[in-house]
Amino acid sequence: MDPTITDFTPVAATLGGILIGLSAVLLMAFNGRIAGISGIVGRLLPPYAGNEVGGAALFVLGLLAAPLLYAVFAGAPFAQTVSANAALMAGAGVLVGFGAGLGGGCTSGHGVCGIARLSPRSLVATAIFMATGFATVFVMRHLLGS
Amino acid sequence: MRAAINFIAGLIFSLGLLISGMANPAKVQNFLDLAGTFDPSLIFVMLGAVVVTLIGYLFVLRRPRPLLAERFLVPSLKDIDGRLVVGSGLFGIGWGLSGFCPGPAITSLPLLAKGTLIFVPAMLIGIGLARILTQASVPGGRVIPATSGED
Repeated sequence: MDPTITDFTPVAATLGGILIGLSAVLLMAFNGRIAGISGIVGRLLPPYAGNEVGGAALFVLGLLAAPLLYAVFAGAPFAQTVSANAALMAGAGVLVGFGAGLGGGCTSGHGVCGIARLSPRSLVATAIFMATGFATVFVMRHLLGS
Repeated sequence: MRAAINFIAGLIFSLGLLISGMANPAKVQNFLDLAGTFDPSLIFVMLGAVVVTLIGYLFVLRRPRPLLAERFLVPSLKDIDGRLVVGSGLFGIGWGLSGFCPGPAITSLPLLAKGTLIFVPAMLIGIGLARILTQASVPGGRVIPATSGED
């Protein structure tokens, strides 16, 4: 099967979404923090003033531990298709990091936590990155044919 | 205890990304491919996550303070400014090109795909560049850290 074709999996998607939501609520209830991954990852970079590097590092460790746990329970590693085009992935990485840094959030901070707070900034941010995401994939796949 | 919460929250978040399939960039790019191999799964992930977070926050944010911290660190910014618009626009382009956003990219690190190992350091450089730019443009230096918004 063409690895770029993926099945529509509404039940697994909803369950996964609920877990993401539970994580966000847990982090706010106990630690008073937004579960925004670009922000949490950003706290690993200097300057560190009052930014709780340790807490961010533990959250990231949790992120990294999950694929191992998943492999144990699923009996096989998580299957994914990642582009191996070095220039594309380097450029995309810089755009994602820079864009999230400048825009104050990413899919989790704006798209989940911000929308859940009904923040107008997050609604606008999510609409914009969805729009440029749709446009980018359209150009890449249907105009450039890659 | 706070440390344990951070780790557990990261673990649950990441399991959510794996179970929902969002840690697979192909699935995200197919969501973004309305004219081609469209896969609407991402909508269900966002709906599940937003509904749970919205209901949870309604109860949690009504309390005077978090269980293990002094106060809730919730973004106070209100303005829809150029940074938000340009930043989110660029973010979406990188997201479409790669199928990765920060959570799935970090979650994918242990799977050691070549593209992930290139993407994550590049993303860290991008976050650092944004911080340098936003701090340089604020008189007197670091008044508003780049990620002090919604994170």
